[in-house]
Amino acid sequence: MTYLAKPKFHHPSLPKNALGYTRRDYEASTSTLCAGCGHDSISAAIIEACFELSIEPHRVAKISGIGCSSKTPDYFLGASHGFNSVHGRMPSVLTGANLANRDLIYLGVSGDGDSASIGFGQFAHAMRRGVNMTYIVENNGVYGLTKGQFSATADRGSKSKKGAVNTDSAIDLVAMALQLGATFVARSFSGDKKQLVPLIKAAIEHRGSAFIDVISPCIAFNNHPGSTKSLDYVRAHNEAVNRLDIMTGREPIFVDYAPGEVVSVRQHDGSVLSLRKLNDDYDPTDRLAAMNFLQRHAAQGQIVTGLLYVAAEAADLHDHCNTVAVPLNRLGEAELCPGSAALDAINAGLR
Amino acid sequence: MPLNAVNDFVIRFANVNGSGSASANELFARAIMRMGVPVAPRNVFPSNIQGLPTWYEIRVSEEGRLGARGGTDFMVAMNPQTFNADVISIEPDGYLMYDSTRTLPPGQLRSDITVIGMPLTAICNAHYSDPRQRQLFKNIICIGALSALLDLDFAEVEKLIGEQYRGKDKLIEPNITALHLGRDYARAHFACPLGLRVRRADKVGDRILIEGNAAAALGAVYGGATVCAWYPITPSSSLAEGFARFCRRFRHDPASGEARYAIVQAEDEIASIGMVIGAGWNGARAFTATSGPGISLMQEFFGFAYFAEIPAVIFDVQRAGPSTGMPTRTQQCDLISCAYASHGDTKHVLLLPEDATEAFEFGADAFDLADRLQTPVFVLLDLDIGMNQRLCRPLQWDDARRYDRGKVLTAADLDRIKEFGRYTDVDGDAIPYRTYPGTHPNKGAFFTRGTSHDARARYSENGATYVEGMQRLLRKQETAKKLLPRPVRRAAAAPTRFGAIYYGSTSPAMTEAAEILARRGHGLDLMRVRAFPFHQDVASFIADHDFVFVVEQNRDGQLRMLLVNEIGIDPVRLVPVLHYDGASITARFIANAIGGSIDTLQVAPLRKALS
Repeated sequence: MTYLAKPKFHHPSLPKNALGYTRRDYEASTSTLCAGCGHDSISAAIIEACFELSIEPHRVAKISGIGCSSKTPDYFLGASHGFNSVHGRMPSVLTGANLANRDLIYLGVSGDGDSASIGFGQFAHAMRRGVNMTYIVENNGVYGLTKGQFSATADRGSKSKKGAVNTDSAIDLVAMALQLGATFVARSFSGDKKQLVPLIKAAIEHRGSAFIDVISPCIAFNNHPGSTKSLDYVRAHNEAVNRLDIMTGREPIFVDYAPGEVVSVRQHDGSVLSLRKLNDDYDPTDRLAAMNFLQRHAAQGQIVTGLLYVAAEAADLHDHCNTVAVPLNRLGEAELCPGSAALDAINAGLR
Repeated sequence: MPLNAVNDFVIRFANVNGSGSASANELFARAIMRMGVPVAPRNVFPSNIQGLPTWYEIRVSEEGRLGARGGTDFMVAMNPQTFNADVISIEPDGYLMYDSTRTLPPGQLRSDITVIGMPLTAICNAHYSDPRQRQLFKNIICIGALSALLDLDFAEVEKLIGEQYRGKDKLIEPNITALHLGRDYARAHFACPLGLRVRRADKVGDRILIEGNAAAALGAVYGGATVCAWYPITPSSSLAEGFARFCRRFRHDPASGEARYAIVQAEDEIASIGMVIGAGWNGARAFTATSGPGISLMQEFFGFAYFAEIPAVIFDVQRAGPSTGMPTRTQQCDLISCAYASHGDTKHVLLLPEDATEAFEFGADAFDLADRLQTPVFVLLDLDIGMNQRLCRPLQWDDARRYDRGKVLTAADLDRIKEFGRYTDVDGDAIPYRTYPGTHPNKGAFFTRGTSHDARARYSENGATYVEGMQRLLRKQETAKKLLPRPVRRAAAAPTRFGAIYYGSTSPAMTEAAEILARRGHGLDLMRVRAFPFHQDVASFIADHDFVFVVEQNRDGQLRMLLVNEIGIDPVRLVPVLHYDGASITARFIANAIGGSIDTLQVAPLRKALS
C-alpha cells in the first residue's frame, strides 16, 4: 500500500468554524510517518490554525521539497492543491506560484535537510525577496528518509543514533532568517501546540516572508541521549520568549490572555498580535535585538522559542514588482498582447 | 588587380572591445540596407568585458545571402593587437584600411592588397580635445571615409544619424561633422569609389533587421508570458532583458502604472526554472532564458515538469560547450541535453527557429504548446541567431488569435463532471485535464509530485500504474507531432539520390551551399527540421534518399543521433557534416564537405565509401 486514504465522516456534533467547516475538513490522507513523529503534531497544528482562522481550504497552496517533512502536506488540507517538488527547491516553486496568483495563501513546508543543506540558497533568497508565505521548517537535525545522517542544523558535538559525533557547526535558520530580512521570524517546538498554533495563525496573517522553525524530534533517528534535538533535550532547554494570541481585524479568533504584561502588534492586514512577555526586555519589533537575544541564549545552550521578530508593516514581492492587483494568471489577451499595430510600429523602427 | 564587385562583398571591422565601435558599425550596415541591398551583420566577440579584440562583419549581398561566407574582402583594421592576423585574413586582391597616424614598420603589408591609410587619430586629435570624443568620433570618421570609398548614399547615412540620436539632438551635429571629416579626407586622398561598391537596389523589401533574442522576447510578450525568472548568462541575457524592456513599454496599466508581469532575476538557474514551474503550475505563462550551463543545472526540474506535466517555456540560446566552453561563440550543442533532459526516460518538445522571425513566432507558439501539451517546451536558438541582427521577414500578429490555455477545468466544469482524475486520459490524446489551485471549494484539488502517481495523482509504486503513466507520456509525443511546426522541404531542380537535413542558424548557409552544389552538378533535396519530436515527413524524407547529409554545428552529430534514435534509420545512410569551431557555419564549408562526399559516395561501394 503506497497511499492511505482517510475515511471521512463527520460526527454531527463536531464544532464548526465561521465557514461551517469542521476540523475534519482540514485533514487529508493518513500519515505514513513513524508513530509519534513530531511532524504529525505540526500537521495537526496547521489543521488547527487553518480551522481557527476559518480559511477556505482550497484557497491554500501547500508546497514542499523532499524529505519526511515534505511528505506532510499530503496529511493536511486535503481540499488544497499540493506540490511536492524537488529536494531543497520548494522556495523557488512557491515563489513562482505566488507570482502567478497573489490571491492564494501559500504554505511552504520544508525540513532541515531540505532548507539548511541542499536548499539553503533558495531559503535565503525567498527570505530576502519577501515572498508572501508561511515557511515552516520541521527541524529534527537529521535525514530521516535516508536513515539518520546529520543535517546542517545538527549541533556540533551532538551524536547520531549510531554514535557518530557531528564536527560541523550548526546552521541556525532563525538567525539566518533574521539576518536575511524575513519580516516574521519565530521558533517553536512540535510538542508545544499552545505556542505553535497561534504562531502559525499569525504567520498566515502576516504579509511577507514569515518563517517558523519548529524543532521536531525524529522518533526513529534523533531521539536519544547525545542528540540536541531530542524531546527530552528540547523540553529541558526551551526558553520561550513569549506566547501569543492572535485576533484578526474582523473578529477575535482565540483569546487566552495569561496574566502579566501584554504587548500588541498590529499586522499589515489589520490583525493584532497580542504577545505575553516572559522577558521584560524583549521587544519583538527590534530585529537587531532579536539577533542578539537569540545568539546570547544559544551560547547558554538555550533554544529560544516564540515570536522573535515581526515587522508590522511589511512589503511583499508583489509590492517590489509593482504587479497589478489582479492575479497574473487571470490576465488575458486584451491585457497582455500589444497587438498587430504595435508590432507594425516595431517593424517600422527596424528598417 | 584589386577586387571589383558591386553589392557583393564582405567587410570586416577589427575593433577593441569597449571602444564604442558597435553603434557606428551598425549605422554603416543599416545605411546599406536602406539602399535596398541586403546585409548580414555578425558580431565576433571575445568572452571579456573590455580591451580584447572584437570584430564586426557585414556580408553585403544583393542576392540576399545571409549566411556567413568566410573570408574578408575589405578589412578595417582598427586593432593593433590583431593587425597582422587581420591583414593575413584578407582575400587575395582585397582591401585594407588602417589608421595611418603612425607609420607601419616596413614589411608588414601584403603586396597584393590595396592599402588605404586613413590618419584617423590625427584627424580626431585635430578636431576634438575630449579623450572619449576622440575615441567615439574616430569610429564615425571611419564610417564617413567608407561611405565615400564604397559609394554609399551619403544622405541615407546622415538621415540615420538623425534617427539614432533622436531626442539627444545636440549629438546629431557633431556626429554629422565627424562623418563629413572622414568623407572629405577620403575624397581628397583616394580614388573614390573603389572597386568594391554599393549601388542602390530594391532587394530588401519590407524586411527588418532585428536580433533573435529581441525577437524571441517579443514572442514571449505576444505569447502572453507574465512571469519571467532568469539568471544572467551569455548569450541569453539580452532575451530576458529584452522582455523587461518590452514589458515596460507595453505591459503597464495606464491608470495605475502597475505591471502586468513579474520578472525575477533568480539566484541561479535552478531557482529560475523552479519559479517557472511554480508559476506554470499555478496557471501563469512563464519562461526562463538560459544557455548550455543553465540547461545542465535545470535538469532535475525538467524531469519533474515532464513527469508531473507542468507547462514551462525555456529559451536556450546555445553557445559552444562543453563546460564553460567558448561562452561567446556559437554552436548547436544542446540538442541532446534538451531533448532527453533529466534522468529516467524523458523526452521533450523542442522548437528550432531558423532566424529572428521564427524566434518570434515559435517564441509565442511555445506558450500555447506548453499549455496545450502540459509539458516543458524548449526553444533552441543559438548565439548566431540570438546576438546578431538578421534581415528577416517582418514580425506579424493576428489580432484574432486567442491563447490556447489547454485543458483547464473551471469551477463550473468541475460542478458538471462526476469525477476528476488529474492524469486521466479522457480524450484519448494522452493529454489530461488540470485545475488551477483555488478553483473550487471541494472538487478538483490534487497533489502534484515527482514520484510515481496514478490517474488521480495519488502516490503509487504499482508497476502497472507506473507503466501506464509512462506510456501515456509517450503517446502525448504523438499528439505533439501534430501540433508542432512541420519540417520545410525544398526539392532540387531534378530528382536526386541525395538529401540534406539541418536546422536553425545553419539555414542560410545551407541554402547557399545547395545552390553552389547545384552549379557543380550535385542536386540536393533539403529538409529543415523545425521541431522535435520529428514529424513523419522527416522519416519519409530520409526514406526517399540513398544518403542524407546531416549538417549541424557540434562535434558529435547530435541531430544525427536523434534521427537514428527516434526514426530507427540505418546510421550509414545519414552522413554527418559537422562544423563546431564556434564561428558561424559557412556555405563554403558545407559545399566543400558535401561535394567531396558525394563524389566518393557515387563511385565507391557503400560501406567502403563511408569507412
